[in-house]
Amino acid sequence: MTNVHVSLKNVTKQFQREGSGGVVHALGPLDLELRSGEFFAVVGPSGCGKSSLLEVIAGLSPPTQGEVLFEGKSIGGRVPDGIGVVFQEDASFPWLTVADNIVLGLRKIPISNEERQARVDRAIAMMGLKEFTNAYPAQLSGGMRQRVCIARTLVMAPRLILLDEPFGALDQQTRLLMGEEVLKLWRQTGATIFLITHALDEAAMLADRIGVMSARPGRLMDVIETGWPRERDSRVVESPAFGEITARLWKSLRAESIKAIGKADAAS
Amino acid sequence: MKRYATPLRFLVLIGLFVGLEILCRTKVIDPFTMQPPTLIVRDLWNLLAAGKLNKAIAKTLSNAAIGFALAVSVGITAALVIHRVRILREALDPLFATYYAIPVLAFYPLLIIIFGLGNIPKIMIAFMLGVIAVIVNTLNGLDRVPRVMLKTARIVRMSPVETAFRVTLPYAAPYVLTGVKFAVAYSLIGIIGSEFVMSTEGMGFEISFAYTNFDNATMYPLILLILIVSISINLLVGLWEKRLLARRGLR
Repeated sequence: MTNVHVSLKNVTKQFQREGSGGVVHALGPLDLELRSGEFFAVVGPSGCGKSSLLEVIAGLSPPTQGEVLFEGKSIGGRVPDGIGVVFQEDASFPWLTVADNIVLGLRKIPISNEERQARVDRAIAMMGLKEFTNAYPAQLSGGMRQRVCIARTLVMAPRLILLDEPFGALDQQTRLLMGEEVLKLWRQTGATIFLITHALDEAAMLADRIGVMSARPGRLMDVIETGWPRERDSRVVESPAFGEITARLWKSLRAESIKAIGKADAAS
Repeated sequence: MKRYATPLRFLVLIGLFVGLEILCRTKVIDPFTMQPPTLIVRDLWNLLAAGKLNKAIAKTLSNAAIGFALAVSVGITAALVIHRVRILREALDPLFATYYAIPVLAFYPLLIIIFGLGNIPKIMIAFMLGVIAVIVNTLNGLDRVPRVMLKTARIVRMSPVETAFRVTLPYAAPYVLTGVKFAVAYSLIGIIGSEFVMSTEGMGFEISFAYTNFDNATMYPLILLILIVSISINLLVGLWEKRLLARRGLR
């Protein structure tokens, strides 16, 4: 049996809607197990609670019901040690240089100054930010800023990395290349990666397993094994299996996406 | 900013100066009403050199500095608290919206009755004028902090206090500085205004004393000095603001 790294049991998430007092049922009930060291992607129609799922796993917001276990310990709405998150929005702090932004990830990690510097240097080198160490985010492109955020996550040496559509704001070419870099990082760090994306091809190219979520309230409808070897890059898109996977993803998602859009129309 | 903006602005200033000078010299404005600007500058130099008014100047500036420091420190702290406590925010919002319709200086006599004719009532007027501008502008900045930055703060496991000092306040800094600029102006207005109304010392008192004695050689130089002090502090804060914004690629 493989090692379970994260497990969600019967997790639901509900929000109090602002003003009207109604309750939004965003997520679940949902069961999920992430294996240690796997690359797990989640796709789903927009507004299906993907980001809520990530926030629950990260400990950023507690589940309404159910339980999330990270390395066997319950996450009670607190961010545990060993989890790093990269968001879709630019989370670089504009008043700090690239190096200062990155070192921020190490604030609460008790290590020596030499180790701190070594980790920052390594992350900067890994993300190709060497020339920009003392630059401010405003001087960088969107892709470079996202690298800063990834580097800030990497220095924490997380055992679980959560990626919330980290390339959503980038252009297609940059996304493909960033995808390759994430694969490289995944192999080098040995971390478990949980990726949320709306791009089916991205999920099909990067992940070991892909979870397909339903329209709101988001539940897992299907989990697809891609069967890619650990050593892989963006060229898997050329293989026939890639087409089959994306086709299968779209088949499960099409009806749900239509449902989601219908709901959005009704709400507006 | 356009390249010719700065010279253009200097030109406007010099034009005003020269225009006033000509109007005064040709007696269109008679000497009992106003001295020519060159003479005002000379008189100011003489006043400062003689040192007769140094005590008044020091009194006004130190009181203004205290009022300013209080308005900024209390204002920022209050904004941080109000931002976090929703009920407080909802209770106080109408006050913030209508506050500057209240002539704060009208409370000055009341404050004198309570605290006596000393520094405290004046400093309180300066503080009361400035603090709300600091609160309102700081809140405006705090409201704009992107959620993703707050989430990032939690991911790197900052405490709420650390988050305030390392994330929310730095993000809001340009907005806070706008409040600080208001506080500079309001603290001077508060102190000098109170000195005008009722006081035994300070620049405002000296200006009103000179006015009742037709002493233009003292009145105008003091007014000029106040202008110079207020504008230079504002310029300094403005430079700081500009550096902050430039670093963030916002200007």
